Amino acid sequence: MRSATPWSIVFDDLLVATGETLYMVVVSTLIAVLLGAPVGIWLQLTAPGGLKPRPVLHKVLGFVVDLGRSMPFLVLLVVLTSLTRLLLGSTIGPTAAIVPLAVGAIPFVGRLVQNVLAEVHVSVVEAAVTTGSSTSRIVRSVLLRESLPALVNAVGVTAIALLGYSAMAGVVGGGGLGDLAVRMGYQRFNDRYLWSTVVVLAIIATAIQFTTNRVARGIDRRRTASV
Amino acid sequence: MITVENLTKTFPGSTGQVRALDGVNLDVAAGTVLGVVGPSGAGKSTLARCVALLERPDSGAIRVDGTDLVSLDGTALRAARRQIGVVPQGDSLLRQRTAAGNVALPLEAAGVAGPQRRTRVAELLDLVGLTDKAGSYPDQLSGGQRQRIAVARALAASPSVLLADEPTSALDPDTTGSVLTVLDRARAELGVTVLVVTHDMGVVRRICDDVAVLEDGRVVEHGKVLDLVSDAASRTAASLLPAVDQNPAAEVSFDRVADVVLVGFAAVGALLPEATSRFGVELNLLGGGLTRLGETPVARFRVGLKGERADSALEWISDAGGSVRRTLSGPQGVAA
Repeated sequence: MRSATPWSIVFDDLLVATGETLYMVVVSTLIAVLLGAPVGIWLQLTAPGGLKPRPVLHKVLGFVVDLGRSMPFLVLLVVLTSLTRLLLGSTIGPTAAIVPLAVGAIPFVGRLVQNVLAEVHVSVVEAAVTTGSSTSRIVRSVLLRESLPALVNAVGVTAIALLGYSAMAGVVGGGGLGDLAVRMGYQRFNDRYLWSTVVVLAIIATAIQFTTNRVARGIDRRRTASV
Repeated sequence: MITVENLTKTFPGSTGQVRALDGVNLDVAAGTVLGVVGPSGAGKSTLARCVALLERPDSGAIRVDGTDLVSLDGTALRAARRQIGVVPQGDSLLRQRTAAGNVALPLEAAGVAGPQRRTRVAELLDLVGLTDKAGSYPDQLSGGQRQRIAVARALAASPSVLLADEPTSALDPDTTGSVLTVLDRARAELGVTVLVVTHDMGVVRRICDDVAVLEDGRVVEHGKVLDLVSDAASRTAASLLPAVDQNPAAEVSFDRVADVVLVGFAAVGALLPEATSRFGVELNLLGGGLTRLGETPVARFRVGLKGERADSALEWISDAGGSVRRTLSGPQGVAA
């Protein structure tokens, strides 16, 4: 049995990989939320019984979203390489991985946001309609504002899902913790790398969950938070 | 102030088209309160949603100050909505906003600037008696308080018409009173024309000047509450006046038996005693009782009269403003 890699080296590698992972997760979550939330709003507005019911548009949009969600992430990674190259000039590294991560999460965020907005009670929305508020004001002041705690939780769920995907992105040269676990831990039978990555990933996921839960509860003005 | 003309609305149902509204006509004078009542499924909700401009009727018009609001779209529709303050059915407050924030919503939509908005919100919270709850969130308020905030919100943009859809259906009797008081104050202090859709005749009893009875999508009765109660055959009288127990055995010993409806302080207080002394008849109360419609005392009694001039006494009561209806079960046929 050969000697294990010294912990100091493992730590240094972990630090770099953690930084890459956080970078990928944070940026891709941001982009996915910014682009996915409008999709969710559109889905909800055009839904039957929504503020601007457009059944055909709603069906088409829903179909595209579901298509996007049914695509295995690994396939998306490969399919989107040309888009990534077009946007960034490279397909290697954490920055390049952000493109498929964000794109893959947009339909996911879209459905999450739609479900969250659908929870705002119809009588509340109609009350706002009777005040003469414009649709955009109702979206901002009523739909988004009323469901903000649930939206914060949805962001947390998205970030954790992207943490998982980012590990896959490592396989195609994205770097990060997943890459470290597979290259150093699995392929070189180095348990220290393998298990310490698992621990760090668990800590990050737990921290995201904990933080978003706390924030959601903190901003919720309902006595019994149903999120 | 607000008129509803020939409103019809059909919905697709499982057994063909369901006609929810079938030519509804209503007329509410400025500064009065109209109660729209009727059994479940009569079309009350549909009517309320049409007047709230949430549902577009198939045909007909809804006029506020003469302008038809039914055909409007876009910006004009939004502006029209500000003329009709709506207290929707059920919980309708934003739960993430304070009471004051909820009241401010229509003002934000109307583009009222911050300082004026705060002044107006304070006025309205005062009107509904909840100034001290300005910073409370809906979940910290009772059902009645939430509903009063909903009324304040509906009044925020100074609408000329206030529509309340079942404003008391989720409340207990005590809090119902506080909400109705607030609606009454809105009419009295702001001169708002109020349209209340309700299944609860108690609402009509307490605050309504006029009443419209809806059945199967049609208005089957429409008029002033105090006029309709004098008409013993009206649905309004049947549901608002004290019930008269049938007791034929007690009635046979009288020369005349009649149901008398008396409206107003003077009539209730003085008419029957005066008839007794004027015509020298003996008058017994066999049933019925006294109630109040708004501020007005109203009585329905079943009276039994003994004496030669019993007919004249009844006639005099009728001439003096009482509404008299002789009962068919009485013995007058024999006596006459």
